[in-house]
Amino acid sequence: MNLLDYINLSFPEIFIALAAMALLILGVLIGNKASREISLGAVGILVIAIFLTSFGGSAQRVAIFDGAFSIDSFAVFAKVVIYLGAIVAILMSDRFMVREKIMRFEYPALILLAVLGMSIMVSATDLIAVYMGIELQSLSLYILAAFNRDSRRSTEAGMKYFVLGALSSGLLLYGASLIYGFTGATGFAAIAEGAANSTNIIGLIFGLVFFVSGLAFKVSAVPFHMWTPDVYEGAPTPITAFFAAVPKFAGMLLFARVMVEAFPSVLDQWQGVIAIMAAASMAVGAFAAIAQTNIKRLMAYSSIGHVGFALMGIAAGTADGVQSVLIYMSIYMIMTLGTFALILSMRRSEGMTENIADLAGLIQTRPGLGIMFTVLFFSLAGIPPLLGFWGKFYVFFAAVEAGLLWLAIFGAVMSVVSAYYYLKVVYFIWFKEPSTEFEVNNGAAVSVTAWGSTLAMVFGFVVAIGPLRVAAEKAASVLF
Amino acid sequence: MTESLSEQHWLSLITFLPLIGALLIIINRMLARADEEENVARRSRWVAMFTTLVTFAVSIGVYYLFYDPEIIGFQLVEEMPWIGNGISYKVGVDGASILFVLLTTFFLPICILASWFSVNKRVADYMIAFLLLETFMIGVFVALDLVLFYVFFEASLIPMFIIIGVWGSPGTKQFLGREISARVYAAFKFFLYTLIGSLLLLVALLWMYGQAGTTDIVALQTYQFPAGAQKWLWLAFFASFAVKVPMWPVHTWLPDAHVQAPTAGSVILAAILLKMGGYGFFRFSLPMFPLASAEFMPLVYTLSVIGIIYTSLVAFAQEDMKKLIAYSSVAHMGFVTLGLFSGTEQGMEGALFQMLSHGFISGALFLCVGVLYDRTHTREIAFYGGLVTKMKMFAFLFLVFTMANIGLPGLSGFVGEILPLIGTFEVNSWAAILATTGVILSAGYGLRLYREVMFGKLTNDKLATIRDVDKREIFMLGILLLMTLYLGVNPSPTLAVFSPAVDSVLEIYHTALAAAAL
Repeated sequence: MNLLDYINLSFPEIFIALAAMALLILGVLIGNKASREISLGAVGILVIAIFLTSFGGSAQRVAIFDGAFSIDSFAVFAKVVIYLGAIVAILMSDRFMVREKIMRFEYPALILLAVLGMSIMVSATDLIAVYMGIELQSLSLYILAAFNRDSRRSTEAGMKYFVLGALSSGLLLYGASLIYGFTGATGFAAIAEGAANSTNIIGLIFGLVFFVSGLAFKVSAVPFHMWTPDVYEGAPTPITAFFAAVPKFAGMLLFARVMVEAFPSVLDQWQGVIAIMAAASMAVGAFAAIAQTNIKRLMAYSSIGHVGFALMGIAAGTADGVQSVLIYMSIYMIMTLGTFALILSMRRSEGMTENIADLAGLIQTRPGLGIMFTVLFFSLAGIPPLLGFWGKFYVFFAAVEAGLLWLAIFGAVMSVVSAYYYLKVVYFIWFKEPSTEFEVNNGAAVSVTAWGSTLAMVFGFVVAIGPLRVAAEKAASVLF
Repeated sequence: MTESLSEQHWLSLITFLPLIGALLIIINRMLARADEEENVARRSRWVAMFTTLVTFAVSIGVYYLFYDPEIIGFQLVEEMPWIGNGISYKVGVDGASILFVLLTTFFLPICILASWFSVNKRVADYMIAFLLLETFMIGVFVALDLVLFYVFFEASLIPMFIIIGVWGSPGTKQFLGREISARVYAAFKFFLYTLIGSLLLLVALLWMYGQAGTTDIVALQTYQFPAGAQKWLWLAFFASFAVKVPMWPVHTWLPDAHVQAPTAGSVILAAILLKMGGYGFFRFSLPMFPLASAEFMPLVYTLSVIGIIYTSLVAFAQEDMKKLIAYSSVAHMGFVTLGLFSGTEQGMEGALFQMLSHGFISGALFLCVGVLYDRTHTREIAFYGGLVTKMKMFAFLFLVFTMANIGLPGLSGFVGEILPLIGTFEVNSWAAILATTGVILSAGYGLRLYREVMFGKLTNDKLATIRDVDKREIFMLGILLLMTLYLGVNPSPTLAVFSPAVDSVLEIYHTALAAAAL
């Protein structure tokens, strides 16, 4: 394979990188008055990237750059979902950013760079490539969190995220160096081989624990979740939507790939670690959210809980497990984007509101909004027939299949606990008498996202779950 | 009838017909202007009424034209690909389910009629919730795929949660030192209680799916799970169905939910939702885990007997009419679990019969309370007294249903209690003897309720102007009275419908037991 093939196969990433830089230059030349056009340009770039990814490349698994970067159906699945999520996030933020007067041309460019980082993450099959992807993504996200630089909360969020993120990157890197030291390799396949042939795996496990801690921070799994509520609350809402949906998805997929490709022979060793993290995340997500009154903080804890459920699939360590992670995270992303679209609609004349109590009587004042909230929150709680249930269905199935029965039962109990606070939102919407009405005009992108997500939740079990399962099955199968 | 006509998607039609009505109401509500609330309410009532009546008519038609009670096994089966990998959309009915489908479609028009005047806020939403609920309930009874069953089973929580929470009765209660709305408390309790049981069922279901590779109920009924695993699976299913039935000691959600729900909600809860639990035992626990069912029979019997006696005694102490009837429901469902796990033909047929009969009787009793509540807005027994002088027709109807609840021969309650007791007596005479005291106790609290509400002097001035039942109420209660009477006087056609289903479950059950004994 020559350089031309390399360029050809990694063209979507190269394209995004070049386009992001071009947009930046364009922005510098024209200035902030063109930032909306630049946003649309970024959306266009991502649409093109979707086509490049899904039609270019190869159906078979191809590893390029000495095995550091793989193109396979797993990566293609992940990238398409990531690009779609980013498109929705950019479109949704338009109206909000203009209103809050923080619309700047760097925003779409930073999102593109973060997306590029995630693209590399899900394709990476080498620890160095993994680290590069994660850092590119994280650095963009740190800036995005502090994007509203005149707001103390936003700046604090960015700062907190950066300091803790840097620490976790350090852990990750330290773990990677230990793994390299004990197996003599950074490529996943070579690590797997080294681990299988090695008689003394203590050192490897030691490195693995550090590595897993770093990854757990990125997906905000307990006990590395502390940053999540503050960053979610502090960051501007559309950026929180992006945080909650897209990097989580990429992070979980990377997590899944690393564990099953690089460390299959030490499954017994890491299965317990991940299972306990999953259980702890579900528990924290369920109990800590009960006391929240701010809906963004509630969603932060909810996302911790959801990561816990998805980790169950990784803990299974089987093809069914990875498949269930793909299904779970895809559904989670649709739900999350929809929910944040609704949070973006919580706007009164005096400005945005984030209190759950402000939703009181929503079903009477704004029936459409009320129905969407209801459907999405029942779906987040995992009540059938809504789509959120099917994610749970598959991760529970993977856990039960892999013999992690205790984890599945624990997950079941935690879903009941978490159902309580989801129901509490429904309680405000339906059972309370109305308070002041929300403003109607929030932009077409927000409404379309919210309605699209709601309809996906309601009709997904008829039309979407079958194809999604098939796609996820195909994507997961290449890792084994 | 021609083959082609009977092979249509009849069950899917019955299941999803109510959704069309719900959709119409939604469209109407969306198109209406803000000042048209009255019109929307009126149209919603009529659309809901019409839809439920059509659904009822179709289900009756299908039952008489295409359903053959002689056939053993499932009929009117439809199968379509759904998720793949052994999970498909499969529906069908047999003797054990067809009558519950009819019971559901029968009760929905009555519920709509019962809420015709008493519900007047957010009527459109109310009707939509009921129509959704109807679809989910029918779905539970026709589903022949475990995943499909589970989806319907749990989905029914959503509309019921909203119904209790929005249209429930006013009032507050102390909870954790805070004053909270009693109906909200009841709605949450109902939802979370049922959810935890169902999620354990889900875990068991997934394990079975992993083992058998399919969730087809027919296939699973003949799949022999290892005896050790059966115990755990049985317990998981039991967690779900015992909450739903409900059995002592997990019955505590029921009195709250019943008391707080609007009249029609209580009727649906008592008449149909509780039956899902018994139906689940019959459809899943007994044929799929026969060894565990036999092994855990003492547990079921103990809980049932305690439940019957304890809740009957508790019913005595109630000051609230609905609560009294709710506790009596728990006691009467105790006979169902006794009969089902007896493993005898009389016991099982009797249990299914009791489920049907209790549906009519408890539904009617809740309607009777609703009649009084609509007039006085209180359910407190002490508030009433001497109504017999003012409400002669009501006194008659209420008396019949009270007697049916007590188990007076000639009314359906008697058959529904005596058959499970006979079945139980064959396998465990002590349980039967103890359970029989429940019949006596039910006479005690039933007659007490009737005496305190209807007889005595009319002391409360507020009752001086109370109206007797009107035509609408006579119609609702009259139909239920006829059904109770019919089932009581002539139970054998109904039992004959149950019989093939019961026989096939019994065959699986006893074959498995015999094989295990070898």
